[in-house]
Amino acid sequence: MSEAWIVVLAVGAATVASKAAGPVLVGRRQLPSKLRSCIDLLAPVMLIALVVTQTFGGDEEIEVDARVVGVGAALIAIALRAPVIVAMAVAALVTALLRLAV
Amino acid sequence: MAWSATAPRIRDGVRAALPLAPSPILFGLSFGVLSDATGFGGAAAVVMSATTFSGAAQFASVSVLDAGGTVVAAILAAVFLNARYVAISMTVSSIFPGGRLRRLVESQAIVDESWAISGRSGRFERPILVGAGLFFYVLWVASTALGTVLGGVLENPNELGLDAAFAALFLALAVPYLRERKARQAAALAAGIVLVLIPFAPAGVPIIAAAVACLLGLRR
Repeated sequence: MSEAWIVVLAVGAATVASKAAGPVLVGRRQLPSKLRSCIDLLAPVMLIALVVTQTFGGDEEIEVDARVVGVGAALIAIALRAPVIVAMAVAALVTALLRLAV
Repeated sequence: MAWSATAPRIRDGVRAALPLAPSPILFGLSFGVLSDATGFGGAAAVVMSATTFSGAAQFASVSVLDAGGTVVAAILAAVFLNARYVAISMTVSSIFPGGRLRRLVESQAIVDESWAISGRSGRFERPILVGAGLFFYVLWVASTALGTVLGGVLENPNELGLDAAFAALFLALAVPYLRERKARQAAALAAGIVLVLIPFAPAGVPIIAAAVACLLGLRR
């Protein structure tokens, strides 16, 4: 089985379980408040970790290249309240053009 | 009976979700295109949309694999991102009637948007959540499939700046969370951990290690 299919199965099963956790397993009980705060922070933490990896990650080294400019342009688009899809297109376009030029 | 006129139905959930339709369509299309372009595979992308039904986690897995990360890193990144559904689903656990199997199936309609819409009236309403979730689900899976077809047309995906597009997507998804100070601190710590580890650790490991930044939630 290819890597992609293993990921599809495992992530699918884990997500189904996460969404069912309240309605099926936990009922009316509440999570301890400290655990809840940690879970709430996981989404922004993972998203920013992914941003940094996709922007600077190389083959076990930090690479500063066209991507940084592309993501910077996307950040400006986001600050100007552009829709997500526009920010993605801006990042891809700026990065691709720079790669062509260099 | 007077109350039956106001009790919401599944179709009211669909109607409430209509204005948000462009979001799952465009996300689904781009997920299909990017997965196909990165070698994740069109069939795997469509099955993942049908079974995981959670955009951020799906993009996370595909991008970790594309960056050379391991299967375990790709799985953990998505699982950590979706851990929020444990907390979200607990806020609506009392609205689902019936046996365990029915609750298991209906709870799959929970996504960030359907959950938010269903709580608009001040209390969570099951028909709205299920109707909106079903509507988003159909759009999400169909547009992923369409995206994989469109993605096949791209010739040199690596030159298109897809890596930067992934980064822009995650950045846009992160911004709403960063209005809270604690989330900003945790995100800054996570960014630092990733930057420090990139030169020493195999691809994918820095992302997973960054998850410890969520322990800032233990502080008052």
